[in-house]
Amino acid sequence: MPDTILFYLLAGVAIVASTLVIGQRNPMYSIMLLIASFGALSGLYIQLDAPFVAMAQIIVYAGAIMVLFLFVVMLLNAPQEDAAEWDRTHPMRRPGFARVGALLAGLLIVQLAWALIRFNGFGAAVGERGDAAAIGSVGAVGHVLFTDYVFAFEATSVLILVAMVGAVVLARREGDR
Amino acid sequence: MIPLGHYLIVSAILFAIGTAGVFLRRNLITILLSVEIMLNAVNLTFVAFGRAHGTVDGQIITFFVMTVAAAEAAVGLAIVIGLFRHRESLNPDAFTALKW
Repeated sequence: MPDTILFYLLAGVAIVASTLVIGQRNPMYSIMLLIASFGALSGLYIQLDAPFVAMAQIIVYAGAIMVLFLFVVMLLNAPQEDAAEWDRTHPMRRPGFARVGALLAGLLIVQLAWALIRFNGFGAAVGERGDAAAIGSVGAVGHVLFTDYVFAFEATSVLILVAMVGAVVLARREGDR
Repeated sequence: MIPLGHYLIVSAILFAIGTAGVFLRRNLITILLSVEIMLNAVNLTFVAFGRAHGTVDGQIITFFVMTVAAAEAAVGLAIVIGLFRHRESLNPDAFTALKW
């Protein structure tokens, strides 16, 4: 029973914080709320016997990626959405189009709900199969990662290198060739 | 124990919130944050399914998704900085021309 209460608490925090993220005009507040959402999600991962993913979530997402976002927001020093000028000039800025966007998101919810209703294993309890201690151990994750998924792991290092070079090239000023 | 479906519902709601953010927000940084919400929703699905099947594969895929998210954030934010230098704006509607 405490498990269930904790699940709904964490899920509620994640959903409310994510809703507030897209409700803010100031990206600084959005980032802070998103960190709260990531913290709640990491609690859900611990409930799912995935402590490695939970810690990676905190360290990589809430730590590294969000700090990167914060740096850019501070660097650009443009906290507010500048609506006024483009509001009047661009047709996509009119409220009707925002409603189309909301409608499409609502349609996505309906579609996902439909998929969930059709899904057979809906009521099956999550923790029934497999040994929680074996699945939760970092050793087990590492063993599978470096045997079955070793090629994907190595490809990931190339991806990171490409992203690093790309970021340096894109963020460089025009002048310094 | 909590049913698998409840995790999937939470994940679906988070994904829909992320989509709504991409559609509704008019700030490139908030749009990138919405994409991160969507990636996290998918991560939750992977881990929940992996746990339901009693394997660690769900967690491994989550690891790769996080790597891709980090790469996406780095390149995306570099592009945002580049765009901001040109137009002094973060509004996606300000960037309608391919070249200026």
